[in-house]
Amino acid sequence: MDIDRGDGRTPNQLRPLACSRNILNRAHGSASWSQGNTKVLAAVYGPKFGTKKNENPERACIDVIWKPKTGQIGKLEKEYEMIVKRTLQSICILTINPNTTTSVIIQVVNDDGSLLPCAINAACAALVDAGIPLKHLAVAICCCLAESGNVILDPTMLEEQKLRAFVYLVFPNSVLSVLPEGSLLVDGEPIEHGIITSVTHGLMSVDDYCQCLERGHAASAKLSAFLRRSLQPPNPSDSSKTS
Amino acid sequence: MGLPNASGDLSSEVDVDAFRRLFPLRFHERHLAESIRPDARPLGRARDTTIALGAVASADGSALAKIGSTTMLAAIKMEVMTPSMEAPDEGCIAIDFHMPPICSPIVRPGRPAEAAPVVSKQLADTVLSSGMINLKELSLVSGKAAWMAYLDIYCLDADGALFDAALLAAVAAFSHLQIPVVSLNDDGKIVVVAEEHGGGKLVKDPVNKEKRKLALSSIPFSLTCILHKNYILADPTAEEETVMETLVTVVLNSSSQLVSLYKPGGPVLAYTSAVQGCVALTRQRVKELQEILGEGISVNSGCEGGSLVTSIREQLIAFVLKSKYDIAVICCMLCSEVYELL
Repeated sequence: MDIDRGDGRTPNQLRPLACSRNILNRAHGSASWSQGNTKVLAAVYGPKFGTKKNENPERACIDVIWKPKTGQIGKLEKEYEMIVKRTLQSICILTINPNTTTSVIIQVVNDDGSLLPCAINAACAALVDAGIPLKHLAVAICCCLAESGNVILDPTMLEEQKLRAFVYLVFPNSVLSVLPEGSLLVDGEPIEHGIITSVTHGLMSVDDYCQCLERGHAASAKLSAFLRRSLQPPNPSDSSKTS
Repeated sequence: MGLPNASGDLSSEVDVDAFRRLFPLRFHERHLAESIRPDARPLGRARDTTIALGAVASADGSALAKIGSTTMLAAIKMEVMTPSMEAPDEGCIAIDFHMPPICSPIVRPGRPAEAAPVVSKQLADTVLSSGMINLKELSLVSGKAAWMAYLDIYCLDADGALFDAALLAAVAAFSHLQIPVVSLNDDGKIVVVAEEHGGGKLVKDPVNKEKRKLALSSIPFSLTCILHKNYILADPTAEEETVMETLVTVVLNSSSQLVSLYKPGGPVLAYTSAVQGCVALTRQRVKELQEILGEGISVNSGCEGGSLVTSIREQLIAFVLKSKYDIAVICCMLCSEVYELL
C-alpha cells in the first residue's frame, strides 16, 4: 500500500489547497485556486447581452477562454476550453438569464499537474464570486493509477507523466439539506456521486476506473468542504458584490 | 418549452414534422417511452456500419468508414524523418482531423469548426495511449531515420458520433497501411525505391526488404452514448446530439481494457449504473466492429492484384457505399470481372 511519492505524501493526501476570491478589480467575479504548485486564476465577465452564433438564445451562453502560461493556444487548450465550458454549463441555471453570454477567462499561473481539475475549481469559485445562479457547485479531482494498481490522488506533473494512467473527475458538491437522508438518493447513490465530467488518459481496466471513482468520491467530500468554507463571505461588506 | 400537457395535446393536432420541429425534446421522449428511436432503432443499437479499405490510391494506407450517414475518410502518408534525441529508435504519428464546410450546415467556410481540434486531440490521445501501434516498428535506422506517419481524417458527412467514426476510419487505415520499400543510397540517405526497379539496380540492400504491414495489437473501438433521464441511447445522430446533450464516449480495446471514458459535462449526472450500462453496450459494439473490420480486411486482400484491378476496385467501393449491397456479392462480381479481363 505504501507508495513513495516525490513529496512524501500518502496516496490519499491532497496538496495544500488555497483559494482566494475577488482578487481582480475590473472583473465581475474572480478567484484564484492553487493545489501545491499548480495555480490557476479565473475571471468572470457577464452576463453580457446577446449570445454567439450557433448558441441557443433561449438560454444563457457560457464562453470559456483558456490562456496558457506561455505560448499560443493549441489543440490541448481548445479541448480544455470545451470541457470547462460544458462542465460549467451543467452547473449553471441557464434559463434564468436567457440570451446572455458569460465569459470565463482561465489564466494558468503555474502548471504542476492536475491542471484541468484545478481550473474547474477556480472557475467554479469565480462564478460564485460573480453571483451567477448555480444549481450546485462542482468539485474536480485527479486520480492517478500506479503500476501496482494503487490509486494516488492529486498527482504532480512528474507523477502524471510517470504513472500508467490518470482520470480527471468532476462531481457535484455534497448537499446540505434538511430533508431526511435517503430522500436525496438517485439510483441508491447520493447525488454527489454522479459524474459531471470524466476524462481519462492511459490504459486501465474497468475495475481500476471504478476504484478511481470511489477514491474520487471520498476526496471530493473533503474538497467540497474546503470550497464551501472558502466561499463563505469573511465579513458582511464583502457579500455586497454577490447580490 | 411549455407545459408538458400543452404540447402533448398538440401532438394529436399538428403534423408529425411540425411537432418534431416545435417540440424536439418532447418528440424524442415520446419515442423513448416506447423504447424506440425516430429512425426505428432500439435504444442500444448502433447504426449500420461499413468500412472500405484503400479508398485513396495515392496514400500509403486509407479507409472510408460509414456509421449510418456519418462518413469519414482517413488516409496515411508515410515520410522519413530523423527521430528525436529522446526516442532514437521510435517513429512518430501525427493525427489531424478536418471538418470541411461540406460536412455540416454548422461549419461555415473560412471559419474552422470548433469541434475539429477537440476530436483531433481526443483521437491522438486514444491512438497513442491504446498501445495499438508499437512506435519502435516505425524505426528504420536507430538514431538516423524513422517513419513519420501523417494520418489525416476528413469528415465528409457529420451526422453524430463523429469520434466513433473517425476512430474507426483511423484504425481501418492503419490496418490497410503498407510501409513502402526504402533503401540507403551512397550518401547514407534514405530513398524510396520505386516499384518498377525491383531489387536489381540497388547498390545497397533495401532497409525495408518488401512492403510490410504494421502489426496492430489491441485495437481500440469506441461507442458514444447519450444519457437522458434513465435511458441510454447508443450511437446518436446529430439531431439527437443537439436535443439531448449528455454524451459519454467509452473506448475499449480488443483485449477489453478501458482506453478512455470521456464525459465532457452535460446536464445528466452519470451514476455507477449508467457507467456500467455504457461499458456493457461498448463491449457488444467492440465485437460487432471487430467483425466488420475483419470483413473489410478480407474483402480488401481478396481484391489485391494488379493496377488494373485497383481501378475497378475503387469503382466498386464507391458502388458498395452508394448501394447497401452485401459485401460477398460485390466480391463475386469483382472476381468475375477480373476473369473477363484476363
